[in-house]
Amino acid sequence: MSEDKRKNDIAEGQDDGATKESRRDFLKKLGVAAAATTVAPAATAKAASIAEHLQTHFEMMSDSQKEKAIARLEKRYSEQFEKQVTVANTPAPDGVLFGYALNISKCIGCRRCVEACVRENNQSRGEEDTRHLPIQWIRVLEMTRGNDTFQLENWHKGSPSSSPIGDYGVQSGGHADKAVGISGHAEHYYYPEQVPEENSFYFPVQCQQCEDPACVRACPVRATFRDPNGIVVIDYNWCIGCRMCQLACPYWARRFNWGEPILPNEDMNPKTHYLGNRPRMRGVMEKCTFCLQRVRDGRYPACVEACPVGARKFGNLLDPESEIRKILANKKVFRFKEDFNTEPKFFYYMD
Amino acid sequence: MTTTTQPASVFQKSIAFSRDFCMYTVKGGKVYYSWLLFLSFFVLVGLVTTFIQMTTGLVVTGASDQIVWELFVSNFIHCPSIASAAVLVVTPAYIYKRKDMKQLAVIGEAIAMVFVIIGLTFIIFHMGRPDRSWHAIPLIGIFNFPSSVLTYDIIVLNVYLVLNAVAVFYYLYKHYVGQPLNTTFYTPLIWFAVAWGPFIHIITAFILSSNAQIAVWHSALMPFSFLAMAAAAGPGLVIVTLLVIRKFTKLEVQDSVIDFFSQVIIWGVGLLILMFAVEFFTELYPATHHAAPLEYAINGHNGMNPYGPWFWSIMTIFVVQFFLLCIKKVRKSYNFMLPLLCISVFLSVLFEKPSVLIFPAFSPTPLGEYAIYRPTLIEICNILFIWAGGFILLTMVLKGVVGVLVGDVQDSSVAVEGGAK
Repeated sequence: MSEDKRKNDIAEGQDDGATKESRRDFLKKLGVAAAATTVAPAATAKAASIAEHLQTHFEMMSDSQKEKAIARLEKRYSEQFEKQVTVANTPAPDGVLFGYALNISKCIGCRRCVEACVRENNQSRGEEDTRHLPIQWIRVLEMTRGNDTFQLENWHKGSPSSSPIGDYGVQSGGHADKAVGISGHAEHYYYPEQVPEENSFYFPVQCQQCEDPACVRACPVRATFRDPNGIVVIDYNWCIGCRMCQLACPYWARRFNWGEPILPNEDMNPKTHYLGNRPRMRGVMEKCTFCLQRVRDGRYPACVEACPVGARKFGNLLDPESEIRKILANKKVFRFKEDFNTEPKFFYYMD
Repeated sequence: MTTTTQPASVFQKSIAFSRDFCMYTVKGGKVYYSWLLFLSFFVLVGLVTTFIQMTTGLVVTGASDQIVWELFVSNFIHCPSIASAAVLVVTPAYIYKRKDMKQLAVIGEAIAMVFVIIGLTFIIFHMGRPDRSWHAIPLIGIFNFPSSVLTYDIIVLNVYLVLNAVAVFYYLYKHYVGQPLNTTFYTPLIWFAVAWGPFIHIITAFILSSNAQIAVWHSALMPFSFLAMAAAAGPGLVIVTLLVIRKFTKLEVQDSVIDFFSQVIIWGVGLLILMFAVEFFTELYPATHHAAPLEYAINGHNGMNPYGPWFWSIMTIFVVQFFLLCIKKVRKSYNFMLPLLCISVFLSVLFEKPSVLIFPAFSPTPLGEYAIYRPTLIEICNILFIWAGGFILLTMVLKGVVGVLVGDVQDSSVAVEGGAK
């Protein structure tokens, strides 16, 4: 997707929906009030930060506490990024279980999805030559087309080796072949002139939004949990940064803010959601939420919109007429790492 | 508790006890002060580096998305080893009723108490947001019970800390005022603490082996090998401590006690070697995908071999230590060989954690990357800070404990002899 279209999207998103109006008015008033009283900004920031430290888990807050927390955040973000930032609290729509399907026979490995995701979700851009690496929720693996676990030039090096009693599959001693290792090879640091590269196919991985998520089980404070639409979300203000979830996730889908995130003001997407793409702080975990701020308003995730070849499909698994249900019924579908029993709602398929 | 006729005096006496105890711990000879001064150097450096880490974030450590556990965790795992070793001091004294160890049990409990505190400090440093630790405190925060293994670890460590702190200071207080112990309170407490000791290590092992993602930790043997390490490294520290106490204080430590602990170390190291052998066979003979991290630790991957030298030297050291300890002459060399070997056992178990158990296990990552862990200077300074602070605490607590045991710290109204036994 082009940069212009994305900006239009954001502009539209800001102006649609009557529910946003009241909050925007409130924010304006708040801005006026702040200007009128001319409170020292450092003092208010400190008060806000203390209030943020003392607030409870988002799901346990009362409605008024939630409003206060969100007003606090909107004010702080607006000051920090020098633009009007909204933090939505759109509730999960009823009767929806979000599912995702990805066509690996179509994916060309262009990583537009990654770029769109980074822009939409305010991920840290990282810094050159420091340990502040950029944060990306989607990884695109490049793999060799065909079966590279068998190579003709190596055929005679493998077991069984020959022995005095003949070559009948008997290993005659020694370590006949290097059996341990990754069968096949995946590379996600590839920088080609052109994609798709010859003899390559691509396999994007992001949070699989499991039904039985290992990360939720591992979190000692329930900072990460499954929302009613089946998306696994994180209360960034409740996460203690112990990284047990990152360790538990078999998909390498979680990213930790090792340092203060680097998010230039001009790159910041001001339309945010409390559980979705609002700017994160250092020392907390983050990950793909299927663009919660978009899908709860009935829109597609940014990566779905950005994909130039239409490899990404998204929809309601509970709706029998949805595209995703048609795919699940008719294509060659599989889930990644099924042996982990996490039951992802992210499906891969082939034509 | 004992029934006292004057409740106010108990309060006053405990105040006096704390005062006398603290005063005694800061007094000492030249060796005592130079030891504390030596450790204070690391504390001073560590205060600066801690400030840097707490204000900048974990980006100053060597951890990355590939290897998410830093040196803090690998050092933390060593602490329950030592803490649960208190069991090995308390059990012979109270359950097998060994007379020569009766007085020393409280030293084991004090070591346990201090090492739980050190372990918890490592976890605070490991957390990305230590300012939010209260989220994991029951009632004011949320406890993901019974799902998260970390919550079990928080429970077992803190309960063990409280049990030992109560046991230590109750015993010392009673000794201080010269009253007999209330056995209906103290004995069950001790038995409970003995039963609880192994838990802290078993649950710590479960923190590792509950992660489906890291195949090489997926082993039912892990709690047992951790207990074997506890049996090796814990008594190692206890022996050195007792030898130092025997040398510098009036407290009597009999040779039979030292011999008992050197026997325990032999068993610990021997079992550990067996566990390693079993583990390596189970992984390497079938040589499935699960063995990849171990292969990486042993031989490296595609020429990248950061842990191999560590692996081989640590395994060799374990075997050498075992055979040396089997020699009676070495075990009886109380002033040279034995303490040296004990320190070496302590350190080899400590260094086994990062270089064999933790860091290689993260490679390959779930998406097949191989990575090397490179600790940063700030991280190492912080590690030394925690250890130095921990050893300062240990030294001072043990100084006070010995002072109470030998009668230097005593209620002025009590006769010199005839304290609690």
